[in-house]
Amino acid sequence: MTNRELKAKIAFTAIRASALIVVAVACLLILHIVVNGYKIVSWSFILDSPRRGMTAGGIFPAIYGTVCLIVLTLAFALPIGLASAIYFSEYFGSKWSSLVIITRAASNILAGVPSIVYGLLGLGLFVLLTGFGFSLLSSSLTLSFLTLPVIIAASEEALHSVPLAYREAALALGATRWQTVRHAVLPYAIPGMITASILALSRAAGETAPILLTGAAYFLPRLPTSIFDQFMALPFHIFTLSTQSVNPAITRPIQYGTVLVLISLVLGMNLVAIMIRAYYRKRVRALL
Amino acid sequence: MSSRLKEGKENLVERTKIQVKDLSVWFGSTQVLRGVNLDIKENRVTAIMGPSGCGKSTLIRTLNRMNDIIANCRTDGAVLLNGRNILDSTIDVVELRRKVGMVFQKPNPFPKSIYDNVAFGPKIHGMARGRELDELVERSLRDAALWDEVKDRLKMSALSLSGGQQQRLCIARALAVEPEVILMDEPCSALDPAATAKIESLMVSLKKNYTVVVVTHNMQQAARVSDFTAFLYLGEVIEYNDTKVVFNNPSNRLTEDFITGRFG
Ligand SMILES: Nc1ncnc2c1ncn2[C@@H]1O[C@H](COP(=O)(O)OP(=O)(O)O)[C@@H](O)[C@H]1O
Ligand SMILES: [Mg+2]
Repeated sequence: MTNRELKAKIAFTAIRASALIVVAVACLLILHIVVNGYKIVSWSFILDSPRRGMTAGGIFPAIYGTVCLIVLTLAFALPIGLASAIYFSEYFGSKWSSLVIITRAASNILAGVPSIVYGLLGLGLFVLLTGFGFSLLSSSLTLSFLTLPVIIAASEEALHSVPLAYREAALALGATRWQTVRHAVLPYAIPGMITASILALSRAAGETAPILLTGAAYFLPRLPTSIFDQFMALPFHIFTLSTQSVNPAITRPIQYGTVLVLISLVLGMNLVAIMIRAYYRKRVRALL
Repeated sequence: MSSRLKEGKENLVERTKIQVKDLSVWFGSTQVLRGVNLDIKENRVTAIMGPSGCGKSTLIRTLNRMNDIIANCRTDGAVLLNGRNILDSTIDVVELRRKVGMVFQKPNPFPKSIYDNVAFGPKIHGMARGRELDELVERSLRDAALWDEVKDRLKMSALSLSGGQQQRLCIARALAVEPEVILMDEPCSALDPAATAKIESLMVSLKKNYTVVVVTHNMQQAARVSDFTAFLYLGEVIEYNDTKVVFNNPSNRLTEDFITGRFG
């Protein structure tokens, strides 16, 4: 073996080892949670409310709150995110206008802001200034802000991957800019845009800091009935159980169970995203 | 072919369809077209030839304002279509592009069915529906000499067609919106000789109903299909005349060098 081959071999081994470490850590983490959590997860755990100061019972209110939060965040972030991405990427002429440059830069900066800062922003803007109070509404708006930059960036990428030739073909037939976007660009970009949005949202579903400051409650006897109510949520419930409860040791099985449910929810959303993408890939291939 | 040409010449009234006047185009600070003047005759095939990079695409893309989508493109001069300046800011570009169709260098069908490709234009313009649309699609495919090859598989993907068929589909798609002018930017450069021959004879037959402008860097093609030929060099029209005159008796030394293959 020459010196060069040896070096290449060492480099490859190192790369492979680091990849393996990532996979191993992920597997260990999930395995640990499943092993410790599966015993407690049952229908009654999922469908019951916490009892006896959260040392017994289920976690239904937290699941319900998180699902409400996801749905509302989606309702706010998806239309705004997709519309902004379309605006940035498709309105060629205005691509260099200072408004677009500023907005794009702002969007990139927002993507790097820590989530606690979003929490504070939400607290100031939605809870106090606009008077939405500690509520589902304030929290989901805050989470929308958090996910928007990711949705916009990923959607823009999906739009950019649509060949320029489709746009030219449509424009040359006398299509308006919107007709071009609607009929010659979006059909091929939408699957990617939706997939990216669901992935962004699944990350938001696990955020604690932003909802802690804007509407998540430690414990509620009733489920939220309007968007102005406070709510319980899975990540915050885990935080509460492990740091605020009278005896964290007693609640440990519930903690594992809650983590397992949260991870399943997030992985489930990822799975849905992957399935949507696979479905559309197959449909496009059928046309080839 | 030459008999067709004579047929054309017998018709003495030659109406100008498009008049290009002192057209200059810049991309950023680079001037790509320098004071181009050109009279494009109705129901004739006009070829624009020249070495690559001389501005042929830029010129033809000015005729339907496709350069509008290029952010740093600036245009000066006038292009009169039926006597109206299409570079005027008050012109409805959408309406213009309906009248002036375009076929691109690389066949660019949508990843839709053959039928949906041709129906795309008529649908967005609300020109026809149902039976009427079917007829319009058939007529366009017939005019593009593609109908017989695809009539049994209209629902199949356009991408399943060969390159030459795809290009004829793109021509059919352009014809379906019933334009007056058809611009073709090196429509055969991605095709084999057999497919090229089909498109070339199609160009000649199209001039009966349309005004055809074709860009080519292949001078044999220009000689075969066109009635008039412009030779473009470094953004300037060096020579513009009857195709026969340009090829048999060019008045400029550069044209002669180009058609005898000394450069290009
Ligand atoms: N979008 C653009 N931005 C900047 N320069 C361009 C652009 N498009 C074409 N050009 C330049 O303009 C010149 C003419 O290009 P083009 O019209 O495509 O030539 P042709 O079609 O004759 O090969 C070339 O030098 C090319 O590099
Ligand atoms: Mg070109």
